[in-house]
Amino acid sequence: MIKHKKMKKLLSFTLLSALVFMLMSFSNYTETNKTKHKIGEYMKTKHELGALPYAYDALEPYIDKATMEIHHTKHHQAYVNNLNAAIEGTEMEGKSLEELFANMGKYPMAVRNNGGGHWNHTMFWSIMGPNGGGKPSGKLLKAIEEKFGSFEKFQEEFNKAAATRFGSGWAWLSVDSNKALQVSSTPNQDNPLMDVADVKGIPILGIDVWEHAYYLKYQNRRPEYVGNFWNVINWKEVERRYDEAIK
Amino acid sequence: MSFILPALPYAENALEPHISEKTIGFHYGKHHQAYVNKLNELIKGSEFEKSSLEDIILNSSGAIFNNAAQIWNHTFYWNILGPKGLGNPNEIILNVINENFGSFEKFKAEFTNAAVTLFGSGWAWLSKGKNGKLVISQESNAGNPLTKGLKPLLTCDVWEHAYYIDFQNRRPDYAAAFWELVDWRKVESLL
Repeated sequence: MIKHKKMKKLLSFTLLSALVFMLMSFSNYTETNKTKHKIGEYMKTKHELGALPYAYDALEPYIDKATMEIHHTKHHQAYVNNLNAAIEGTEMEGKSLEELFANMGKYPMAVRNNGGGHWNHTMFWSIMGPNGGGKPSGKLLKAIEEKFGSFEKFQEEFNKAAATRFGSGWAWLSVDSNKALQVSSTPNQDNPLMDVADVKGIPILGIDVWEHAYYLKYQNRRPEYVGNFWNVINWKEVERRYDEAIK
Repeated sequence: MSFILPALPYAENALEPHISEKTIGFHYGKHHQAYVNKLNELIKGSEFEKSSLEDIILNSSGAIFNNAAQIWNHTFYWNILGPKGLGNPNEIILNVINENFGSFEKFKAEFTNAAVTLFGSGWAWLSKGKNGKLVISQESNAGNPLTKGLKPLLTCDVWEHAYYIDFQNRRPDYAAAFWELVDWRKVESLL
């Protein structure tokens, strides 16, 4: 009998606790959802610097930690900040970078420079990684061999594009509208997605040849930096981008 | 005719602590030298083989222009710089600058802005037009005001190689250091 009473008490306490807990959770839930919703809307309009997908020293000895740190936290961050400032309060706020690039000619230079800077660096970080290098495989390797004769000949052409870009800029491997591979280079922070580019396409590999990408380690020796870039390429990501581009 | 790298008008450590000996070592010894070597290679057997540097700058394009103009720009840059305190702007310069820009501070702010906001590689310039007016301009990459009929009086190299060892991404700090090194006697001699 006593036992039964005790159990009843325990049961009602448990039920009450559960109810209180559920109510609290629900109010928490709605609160969190409200906040999330607010952040969600906010994020639509603000570009953000993504985390580097590996440690700052992960590309050593080819790209040093100090270079990676300054490049990501200072240069890339500045492009993000300046991009947000340039589009704030305009119709460009709701547009993706790709949408802006497609009509780049009609937007301000600050958007071209900083939007390009943000997109280019984000893709650059993604196509590099620790334990990189080697060669691509499968469809991409076949396409490279078909287009350039061999992987080595492709490397030569890409190296040349990177070495001969005068001033600041990027060298690219892109997929054009005929699904063909193209090597090209662009000045400053332009890229092949922009309607202002000489060679248009979807970039699947890119190398930053602004001096800030290599000066601390290589100074004037850009060809040495470009040569070492091949040791840090994450071909899996390049292949993924290739598959996406030929869809 | 072969071009040679002109001598640096001071020791490689003369611009310390604002611009390091290491920076000058690469900037003058490697970059400037490379432009000279490259131009000599490019003009061999071309229509510019016997031309003066200015003629090449005024009449060429592409790689020949880039390398010729970069030789000229760097030689000019070395010459208007000097060890700190060598030459402050005297009354002659101050009068000309006040006439053109309102005040020395306004001129400095406008020139600094040109140097800091140039996107990518290039140069900020102060030049004199044919009408005697002074103008501040930005030139990308190897650009040089001579091609616009202007006479250069002062320049600041804002290629990243000019400041990356000493200042990394902080171009405004480099621009501030630049003002400590301008040899105004040189600028005056060009007015």
